[in-house]
Amino acid sequence: MSRTLYPLSYQAACAKRLPRPATIAPMSRIDQIFQDLRANGRKALMPFVVAGDPTLDALPGTLAALEQAGASIAEIGIPFSDPIADGPVIAEAMHRALQRGVSPSVVLARVRELRASVRMGLVAMVSVSIVERSGGSAFIAALADAGFDGVIVPDADLDAVGPLHAEAERRDIAFAMLVAPTSTDARIERLVRHCRGFVYLLARAGITGERQDAPQVESLVRRVRAKTSLPLAVGFGISTAAHVKAVCAHADAAIVGSSLVRRLAEGDAHAVADRAGAYARELLRV
Amino acid sequence: MTTLPQVPDTQGRFGKFGGRYVPETLLSALEQLEAAYATARADASFQRDVDTLLRDFVGRPTPFAKAERLSESSGGAQIWLKREDLAHTGAHKINNTIGQALLAKRLGKTRIIAETGAGQHGVATATACARLGLRCEVYMGAEDVRRQALNVFRMRLLGAKVNAVETGSRTLKDATNEAMRDWMGSVADTHYIIGSVVGPHPFPMMVRDFQSVIGRECRAQSLERLGRLPDAVVACVGGGSNAAGIFFPFVGDAGVRLVGVEAGGRGNAPGEHAAPLAFGTPGVLHGSLSYVLQDPAGQTADVHSCSAGLDYPGVGPEHSFWKDTGRVEYVAATDEQALDAFRLLAEREGIIPALETSHAVHATMQVARGMRPDQVVVINVSGRGDKDVNEAIRLLEARGDRV
Repeated sequence: MSRTLYPLSYQAACAKRLPRPATIAPMSRIDQIFQDLRANGRKALMPFVVAGDPTLDALPGTLAALEQAGASIAEIGIPFSDPIADGPVIAEAMHRALQRGVSPSVVLARVRELRASVRMGLVAMVSVSIVERSGGSAFIAALADAGFDGVIVPDADLDAVGPLHAEAERRDIAFAMLVAPTSTDARIERLVRHCRGFVYLLARAGITGERQDAPQVESLVRRVRAKTSLPLAVGFGISTAAHVKAVCAHADAAIVGSSLVRRLAEGDAHAVADRAGAYARELLRV
Repeated sequence: MTTLPQVPDTQGRFGKFGGRYVPETLLSALEQLEAAYATARADASFQRDVDTLLRDFVGRPTPFAKAERLSESSGGAQIWLKREDLAHTGAHKINNTIGQALLAKRLGKTRIIAETGAGQHGVATATACARLGLRCEVYMGAEDVRRQALNVFRMRLLGAKVNAVETGSRTLKDATNEAMRDWMGSVADTHYIIGSVVGPHPFPMMVRDFQSVIGRECRAQSLERLGRLPDAVVACVGGGSNAAGIFFPFVGDAGVRLVGVEAGGRGNAPGEHAAPLAFGTPGVLHGSLSYVLQDPAGQTADVHSCSAGLDYPGVGPEHSFWKDTGRVEYVAATDEQALDAFRLLAEREGIIPALETSHAVHATMQVARGMRPDQVVVINVSGRGDKDVNEAIRLLEARGDRV
C-alpha cells in the first residue's frame, strides 16, 4: 500500500504548499495524515458512510476498499432518528440502519473490531442528541476508546461545547466544528478555537445531498485561513471528481457523502466494497 | 418561594435547558432574529402594530368568564375560562404567528415556512401571511395530511402551499425536521415561524412572549372581575405554547398554583403517551435541551395521543426549567379522560373544546375538587374542537359511547 494517493496530474493541480504547523510528539493520527499530505503537496479525500447501511457487516470491507483507492480519512455516521442537517439520501440510510438495530454501542463495538485492519483516519459524525444522552464527554471518551481518531458533532451548541472539546483534547483526537458560508468572521474565530485536527467547512447553505453545480469555496476558505492554520475539509454537495478538484484547489480535503451512500445502498449487497472502491477512484480521477 | 432568575440568559438558557443545538448554517439567522427581536421588543411602533392586529384581526382581548355549570359539577372551586378558542382561526396559535410574521417583515423576509401537526399552526401561519402579504409554505406529515384534510384545504384556500412530508413517522416531528432542512437552504429570504415554545434560542423566548398576551389579559381580567388573582391556572402542554403564554405572567405570583397537563395517551408504557415531563429525560430535540422522550441511545421515541396537537416527543425548555424548579406542577390526562372532559365541557358549558384543551379540562376538575368554593381555578381554553369532531366520533364510537 505504498502507492501514491493521487495520480500525478491531480497532485500538480492541488500542489499548493502550506506552512507546516508546530508539532508536538507523539502526533495524533489525523494530524499525522494531514502533515504527510501537506509535506507532499497533496489533498485528502474524506468519504462519508452511514454505519449500518447497507449493512454493518459491509463496513470493514468498505473502509478497506476506500483506503485502497486512496481515501485518507473516513467519516462514519452514527445513525440518528432525526438528522436535520441531512438530505433524503443520508436521512433514509440512517432510518434503514436504525430499523436494523444499529445503535451507537453496536457501531462502537464494530469499529473496535476493525480498527487494527485500517490505517485510514476514522472520524465519527454523531448528533448531539446521541452524545448528550450518552453522557456528553463520556461518549467522546468512548469514541476514542473504540479507536476513532476524531469526532464531528454537527449540531453542537458552541456555547456548551467546551466539555466535549476538552475531552477530545484529553484523548488527543480530532474535534471539528462546522463553519458555514453564513458564519460571521467573529463567529469563525470562536468556532476554530474549538476545533482540533481539522475544521469542517460547509460548501453551501442547505443540507447534505448531491448537486450539479460546482461548489464555490474560495472565499470561505480564505476567511477561515485567516483565523487558523488547521487543515480545512469541505463537505455538503460534493459528488463528482470535478467538485473534488474544485474544492482541493483551495482546501485540504474534500468530503463526499450522499453520492457514496446512495451508491453503496443501491445494487448487489455482496459488492458494496467494490462499489465504494470504484467510486473513490472515480472521484480521484481528474 | 424563592424568586426565579430572569430567563433565558444571553445564551438562550433556562437554567440548564434551551440553547442552540443546530447546524452552523442556521446560526447567523438565529443571531439576526435575536437582534431584530430585541430591537422590535423595545420599539413602541412594533408593539402598536402587534396590538392593533391582535385587536382588529384576531379579536382580542378574548373573554374571561365563569363556567357556572362546570363549577357546579366539580363541587369545589369556581372554574373560570380564558377563551382562546374565540381568537380568530379558533385557537391561541394566531397570537404567535401575527407577531412573528410582523417581525419577518421587519427583517425583510418575503417567504414564510412553518411546520404543523393537526394543522392549527399551519392555518394560523397561512392566515397571518395572507393578511400581511407574505408567501407561505407549510410542512405537514403525510399521515396528518390524510387525517386533517379540512385544515389542508383551509391552508390552500389562504394561499399557502402545503408540503406533505413522507419521511420518518410522517407526523409533526418529521414536519419540523423538514421545515428546518428547508430553512438551512433558504435563510436568506425565508423566516421560519415555529409554532410552539420549542426550537433553538430565541424561539422559545419569542413564542412565549407573543403568547404571553393570554396571561397578561387573564391577570388583568382576574383583578378586574374577581378583585384578586386566581388560585390556580391550568393549561395543556404539548410543545407548551398556550401554557407558557398563560403561565408566564403569573410565574412571579407565588400564590397562584400553575398546573400543566400532558398527554397521558393509552398508558405509561413507552410509545403509549406523549408526556416527556412525566416520563422523559433531559436530551436534545429540534435545537434545544429539554425533557424529551428518547430511547436509551438518544433516538427519538414514538409517541401517542388522541390529540394531534399534543402528539410530540419534546417540550419547550422553559417548561423543563419550571418543572425542575418546582414552579409549575405537571400532570397527565389519558385519552379516555380527555374524551370524557371533551363531552363534559360541551354538555355543561356549550363549548366544544379542542381535544388538546380537553386534557386541561380533565385536570381542572381534579384540581377544583380539592379546593373551597371561594377559590378560583382558570382553564386556558386553548382551542375549539370543530377540527376534532371526526376524530371524536371515531374515538367515541370505538368505546361504545352514544352521542
